[in-house]
Amino acid sequence: MIRPAPRTAAAGTASSGTSQAAATGTALRIEGVHKAFGANRVLKGVDLAVDTHQVICLIGASGSGKSTLLRCVDLLETIDAGRVVFFGHDVTSPAVDEILVRRQMGMVFQSFNLFPHLRVLRNITLAPVKALGMTVADAGEEAMALLARFGLADKAHDYPDRLSGGQQQRVAIVRALAMHPKLMLLDEVTSALDPELVGEVLDVIRELAAGGMTMLIATHEMGFARETATRVVFLEDGVIVEEGPPSQVLDAPRDERTKRFLGRVLSAGRM
Amino acid sequence: MGELGVGAFSRSRRSRMLRSPRGAVVTSTASTLVVLGAVVAAFLLAPGSRAVRATYFNVHDMWRAFIGDPHEGFYSVGRGLVVNIEMFTIGEVLILVLALLVALVRQSKSPVLFPLRMIAVAYVDFFRGVPLILVILAIGFGLPALYLPVVSSQSAFVYGVLALVLAYSAYVSEVYRAGLNSVPLSQVASARSLGLRPRTAMRHVVLPQAVRTIIPPLLNDFISLQKDTALVAVLGAVIEANRAAEIYSSTVFNYSGYTVAALLFLLLTIPLARFTDHLIARDRTRRLAGAT
Ligand SMILES: Nc1ncnc2c1ncn2[C@@H]1O[C@H](COP(=O)(O)OP(=O)(O)OP(=O)(O)O)[C@@H](O)[C@H]1O
Ligand SMILES: [Mg+2]
Repeated sequence: MIRPAPRTAAAGTASSGTSQAAATGTALRIEGVHKAFGANRVLKGVDLAVDTHQVICLIGASGSGKSTLLRCVDLLETIDAGRVVFFGHDVTSPAVDEILVRRQMGMVFQSFNLFPHLRVLRNITLAPVKALGMTVADAGEEAMALLARFGLADKAHDYPDRLSGGQQQRVAIVRALAMHPKLMLLDEVTSALDPELVGEVLDVIRELAAGGMTMLIATHEMGFARETATRVVFLEDGVIVEEGPPSQVLDAPRDERTKRFLGRVLSAGRM
Repeated sequence: MGELGVGAFSRSRRSRMLRSPRGAVVTSTASTLVVLGAVVAAFLLAPGSRAVRATYFNVHDMWRAFIGDPHEGFYSVGRGLVVNIEMFTIGEVLILVLALLVALVRQSKSPVLFPLRMIAVAYVDFFRGVPLILVILAIGFGLPALYLPVVSSQSAFVYGVLALVLAYSAYVSEVYRAGLNSVPLSQVASARSLGLRPRTAMRHVVLPQAVRTIIPPLLNDFISLQKDTALVAVLGAVIEANRAAEIYSSTVFNYSGYTVAALLFLLLTIPLARFTDHLIARDRTRRLAGAT
């Protein structure tokens, strides 16, 4: 079980997060998850398994509950029924300290959500220092290495509002990576970007996928899903209607609802 | 026909003059002088002008009230102002702390804190609704009358500051709360998603962003506080500027001491008001420039 543990222990598990290449198995299992906001029943029994090193792309119409599902996995929302099992631990059990769980998952939002009052470097080192108890020097060194890896080293001392949207979103990804997450949750990370900036962010995600990062990605980028996803999952009416390899779900959908959705996407020119 | 002459788009001479930098200065100076002249003329020509000038604007009395004369039985209004300054500087520090505590309690979600939340709501409602002068009277005369240990044996100065702190912390806690609520929930969500504890997220993500938005309204409240320190005069025992002026007028039967006190308060509050305007203007420029 993941239980409240001393900071040093949490830091220990997190820093071994990147060297998981050898381990395989189920990273995440979502079992019968229900979530309603008042009378609005958004998730009506979602089941989904993500193996380590897999990239799962979650597609579905606006309002179908993609963001809600990701927020439930990150324990930002309390689910009404079902379980979320993270590396074998039922993290939705009341005995679990959700804060310790979130430290092992990286979440990136559509609107970047960088901290506007902190420079890029401090944005990245805040959580490693305050949550994992790393020293400012160690966290800074690691953050600089990550920034350099994604071509952002010269932005380290700028405030977020000086950066383009694409740069901000790459910093947001780096900020999540600095916690050495075992799972990345990406919520339409390119939807708020000008078209010419989408590519640089997708490149970062491709690189993470190539490096074996386990990812659950809500996206409207069908081309990206086709090329990168291990599996594509189509969500509608609060349930998973269809899932499978991209070639099947995107090019030869079986379910009528998937066909209709993809038809609409196609006519909107997004494919 | 139908041809535009050279002057078709030219402004009128008057509008041109108003728009040139020199023309604008000349115009604003002139209009200021006219308005000011009218006010002064009305004052000087009023039937009771001579009497008012003698009782409120007597330069000799103003100077005597300002420096004070213990042998004659009145205190210096200038020295009194130092007491006002002491009251509001001590008060402001305490208000910043107490108001933040009240705001954080009201923002808290934990069921354990429910009774505290109710107390905080009642506190704010009460002190925002009751006139400050009544609060000062109730504390300044009520607490000593209780004959409690410690609580009832403080100086009038302490009671005055206590009353100001209690009343103003209620206002300022609302300023804090507005500031905390102005930080988008998405900021809180991303702090939580990084595994920060609520207290750390508050301290390092929410508060620093809230503080930026609350500084102008906070300074506005402090401008009010600075002049409201004069109300402590009702306790009689604190010789601040207003009380010194009151003693002067009842000793010499001339109100010029009050004029001195008013001028001194203006001297304190106007710079702070201009500074507040400056911060608001700077923030506005920054926001219009697209920076958040
Ligand atoms: N905090 C909330 N309170 C109330 N209702 C909510 C909340 N969050 C989401 N909803 C509702 O849940 C439904 C699903 O929203 P969600 O954001 O998960 O959809 P989505 O698939 O991510 O859509 P999009 O593609 O537009 O991002 C919507 O009807 C939305 O109004
Ligand atoms: Mg969404």
